[in-house]
Amino acid sequence: MSETAQSRAVPALSLAVLLGVWAVAALLTRDPQLLPAPWQLAGPFWGELRSGDLLYHLGMTLWRVACAFVLAMSIGVALGLVMGRSERLDRWLDPWLVVFLNLPALVLIVLCYLWIGLTEVAAILAVSLNKIPNVAIVLREGARALSPDLDAMARVYAMPRGARLRHVVLPQLAPFIAGAARSGVALIWKIVLVVEFLGRSSGVGFQIHMHFQLFDVGMVLVYALSFIAVMLAVEWGLLQPWERRVRRWRAA
Amino acid sequence: MGPVTTLGAARAALAGGMIEVGITDKRFGAVQVLGQVTFTVAPGEVMAILGPSGVGKSTLLRIVAGVDEDFTGHVRGPARRAMVFQDPTLLPWRSALDNLRIVHPGLGDAEAQEMLGKVGLGDRGAAFPGQLSLGQQRRLSLARAFAGQPELLIMDEPFVSLDSATGEEMLALTERLIAETRPATLLVTHARAEAERLASRIMHLAGQPAVLRDGVGP
Repeated sequence: MSETAQSRAVPALSLAVLLGVWAVAALLTRDPQLLPAPWQLAGPFWGELRSGDLLYHLGMTLWRVACAFVLAMSIGVALGLVMGRSERLDRWLDPWLVVFLNLPALVLIVLCYLWIGLTEVAAILAVSLNKIPNVAIVLREGARALSPDLDAMARVYAMPRGARLRHVVLPQLAPFIAGAARSGVALIWKIVLVVEFLGRSSGVGFQIHMHFQLFDVGMVLVYALSFIAVMLAVEWGLLQPWERRVRRWRAA
Repeated sequence: MGPVTTLGAARAALAGGMIEVGITDKRFGAVQVLGQVTFTVAPGEVMAILGPSGVGKSTLLRIVAGVDEDFTGHVRGPARRAMVFQDPTLLPWRSALDNLRIVHPGLGDAEAQEMLGKVGLGDRGAAFPGQLSLGQQRRLSLARAFAGQPELLIMDEPFVSLDSATGEEMLALTERLIAETRPATLLVTHARAEAERLASRIMHLAGQPAVLRDGVGP
């Protein structure tokens, strides 16, 4: 088997094994109320898809994930960059970072809802605040690792600020930004579900809340798995190709 | 931009591309690295600074280049500066051609291509620096320095760790480009032969803290 064929076949095979474990567990449980087999989800899935509910709630969740992601990444990158560049600022802001990093997501969410109200702004803000410290910490490491030689080069040749950021600084930070984005998307969509569970009337989290109260394990799984599929598509269709593009000079 | 002949003309010549360096003190923490270092370089003149490694040659160059501003004294000189570093210090994520164009936004495509041709990289414009040999990367770094038509050129051991054939090729190329552009050039090296070949004046940096000494030296 060639290298590329193998690199494609292995993830698919590994997922098939996971599906097999689930099927065996379902057969052993023999209670579709508790754990339906994979094929027993096809009916409910199709129903939700045809009614339009599935797409609507997936869309709402995806929209919130996107908003929180953009907000958390831009603020986190900026914060990490200035903290990595200025030791003084780092000393001042580092304790804040530690506090926010150790504040449980649930507490931030509840406080945002209590102070701002059960609104979209509160929901997205709560998710962003949860993620910003992580992004900042990763990017601070990146900013500390910036090459002093390239910095000197940019200064000698008096490169304008914009060009320096775009051609000298950001390419050096790209691996850190990609890492933060990766772990960011995974964390953000989980927190978005909690936010929806607690205080929104749409989205995958809201649907899971509703079917949890009805003890409908099947529908909980339908919504959860559908969203996992969406996030995998984002990872493979968006994040990985972008990463390959910015890394192409390494492979050359 | 005539050459400077008398001391009295120094101030007027400053505007004409002369560089005047008057460092009195440079420290890293409690350690004084540089003492009195005073010199001028006229346009078209090449001054070489020799000295043992670790004496503070690179520190001096960083001050003259304007990268290190934490010192006592003054550096006056032209705004159009270029520096050839010990390492090529290229942008590894941009092509050879882009390495010239990004650093010199005023440079047209044809001029950038012509500059690559001058250093023998005419057909490697699309290559990333990682695809070039060390000798080619050094030549690209040289092309980047001269592409801006610098009035002040600073070279920090530009021929170190090259084999003798490549080193000779680089030397000849540098000689040609300096003759063409005629910047005020400051060359730091530990190889006496390089200094004698390129420079019209040789100084020694020695001592602790290091000071500049004239003439033939040890």
